Amino acid sequence: MVDRWFSVRRWLALMLKEFIQMRRDRMTFSMMISVPLMQLALFGFAVNSDPKHLPTAIIDADHGPFSRAVISALEVSGYYRIEAPNVSEQEADRLLSAGSVQFIISFPPDFSRRVARGERPPLLVEADATDPAATSNALGSLSAIIAAALDRDLRGPLAVLKPADQPVSLTLHRRYNPEGVTQYNVVPGLIGVVLSSTMVIMTAMAVTRERERGTMEALLVTPIRPLEMMLGKITPYILIGLVQIAIILLAARLLFTIPLRGDLLLLMVCCLVFIGTNLAIGFIFSIMARTQLQAMQMASSFLMPSILLSGFMFPYRGMPGWAQGLGEVLPLTHFLRIVRGIVLKGNGLPDISHDLLALGVLWLGIALLSLRLYRKTLD
Amino acid sequence: MSMAISVSGLTKRFGERVVVNDLSLNVPAGQIMGFLGPNGSGKTTTLRMLCGLLTPDGGQGRCLGHDIRTEAAAIKRQVGYMTQKFSLYEDLSIQENLAFFARVHGLPKVGVLVRETLERLGLWSRRSQLAAHLSGGWKQRLALAACILHRPRLLLLDEPTAGVDPQARRDFWAELHRLAADGLTVLVSTHYMDEAERCHGIAYLAYGTLLTCGTVDQVVASSGLTTTRASGPPEALARLHQALHGLAGVEMVAPFGRALHVGSSDAQALGAALAPFRHTPDIVWSDDPPSLEDAFIHLMAGVTRTQGQGQGQGQAGAEHG
Ligand SMILES: Nc1ncnc2c1ncn2[C@@H]1O[C@H](COP(=O)(O)OP(=O)(O)OP(=O)(O)O)[C@@H](O)[C@H]1O
Ligand SMILES: [Mg+2]
Repeated sequence: MVDRWFSVRRWLALMLKEFIQMRRDRMTFSMMISVPLMQLALFGFAVNSDPKHLPTAIIDADHGPFSRAVISALEVSGYYRIEAPNVSEQEADRLLSAGSVQFIISFPPDFSRRVARGERPPLLVEADATDPAATSNALGSLSAIIAAALDRDLRGPLAVLKPADQPVSLTLHRRYNPEGVTQYNVVPGLIGVVLSSTMVIMTAMAVTRERERGTMEALLVTPIRPLEMMLGKITPYILIGLVQIAIILLAARLLFTIPLRGDLLLLMVCCLVFIGTNLAIGFIFSIMARTQLQAMQMASSFLMPSILLSGFMFPYRGMPGWAQGLGEVLPLTHFLRIVRGIVLKGNGLPDISHDLLALGVLWLGIALLSLRLYRKTLD
Repeated sequence: MSMAISVSGLTKRFGERVVVNDLSLNVPAGQIMGFLGPNGSGKTTTLRMLCGLLTPDGGQGRCLGHDIRTEAAAIKRQVGYMTQKFSLYEDLSIQENLAFFARVHGLPKVGVLVRETLERLGLWSRRSQLAAHLSGGWKQRLALAACILHRPRLLLLDEPTAGVDPQARRDFWAELHRLAADGLTVLVSTHYMDEAERCHGIAYLAYGTLLTCGTVDQVVASSGLTTTRASGPPEALARLHQALHGLAGVEMVAPFGRALHVGSSDAQALGAALAPFRHTPDIVWSDDPPSLEDAFIHLMAGVTRTQGQGQGQGQAGAEHG
């Protein structure tokens, strides 16, 4: 009997029941729809911070004394960490798009010679400005750092060359978010936060509610298998999640005029993976909790670090190493990179593949764990 | 005769407390077995172990030929379990509840089946009412209907008629006997003596220990109780009650309307103790056999006397009588 392991009928029966119950519980239902709107309103303002050691790629066509001086000054300043000391233009672009570096700094071929001649050569700095809070301080101090570096090197016999104003003509490209609008960063991130909180809380309550009301006892003597139980409880919320995404994307377009640069289909696929991961986490909580109150507490003790450490509240690169490590195992961290990449940078599958993979691995691991933890008895 | 339930040495502990102690029970197929015992004696716990909802800490056994420890899934498919606490969905309608359980059991033609069931119960006109809004007795009847939908071979019913009116109870028992005639086995817990007397056999549990098991007559006989009935006007009975209470040789005095049941396990001592009262004016004495209730109360008192709070190691059986 195939029914032994998984029965589509039982799964559908459970799902139908959840839908009916959801429909009857008007309060919860309207909360699930209004929470995204509320959070959109709340997070219109972002929290600022001062991240340092931002990864930087250098395109150095000069290799002269002055380009070296500028590079080392950048590093000494603490704001920049040279991740790729000498790369091609394409490579640098790829790194920026994948989010591996925050800045690209390009020195033209005869940079040192022209500085020595006092010609104020151009220096191009491109920044990944999806998260303006992450780059603003680093960019703000840029011209001072460069001026100081060249000033020191233009002492002695070359002191006469010291120009009165800036020794280079600095060009700044804020890529992906030219105006440096904070909402650009926050609003796509909200998709992640809203999905995460609704999904984890709702599923955490799902099984616990059955236990608290005593219906679990009747359910456990039916032939329902753990996998059917999990999928039956989870599927209705996937649909709710998709509605929430639509609400936020629409609000992003209409209220904050944030364009969707990437592929909507790819975004939806990633959202589904993320929703699945969160539902599995909620399901684990609902297996462990005895009461709905406990389930609620577990859910919020998971959501708090998710929101704080994922790069939603504070720039990820501004956090200390241990916090970044913690952030790395939170699904929201990976999802935020994906969603910002797709919405703001127009990233394709290759750019986001490794964050998507990380999400998938987390999902699988958590789902397997939850099936293991599921108790088929009352004790 | 083949056994539908056959367990031995069943034990369940919650923390330090032994809730079911070394329980052995055999229920032949096609029988209705009443499961009795005072509150907290472990009836619900035993029923849960039988259908695989709780894992026993000791003992083994089979339900419908399947091992209760390792084949819980197979047992669940053929068992109808009605919980003591209402366990249907209060936020689903009557019809939705039945349809849900029918689907989960993979039954064909759910719509027709649910309709038939509801019409038989007389609930068809109220099918869209939420289960939460049913009266207590109707909830019980709906829950019973839900647990026999899939035509189980064994019914485990935990106080199915609590709060159900006499007519509905009579219908319910008629239905049970019909099902049993078709080969269904029933283990039903109850606190009602009249229901106990409608069972083919009864098992009596106190403090987690099975005290006695058998037909009504066997149980009454095993209690070793001798009773006498005194009837008369209320004032005379009240005076007699006071006089007999605590008298040596009298172990039990219980008022029943216009009569008093007086009993003891020592027939001679009872006769001697009652001799001075035999000629009390207005009182008529008759030597009635003990009722089932008399027997149970006496059994219970026996355990409390010999075992204190029920933590003892007494074996199941009739020797406590
Ligand atoms: N999950 C549990 N955890 C701890 N103790 C429990 C648990 N379930 C039952 N008990 C205890 O086990 C004892 C037996 O309970 P059980 O429900 O089996 O009694 P019962 O015979 O069904 O009583 P009633 O006639 O009142 O329904 C009770 O004292 C109860 O407090
Ligand atoms: Mg009980």
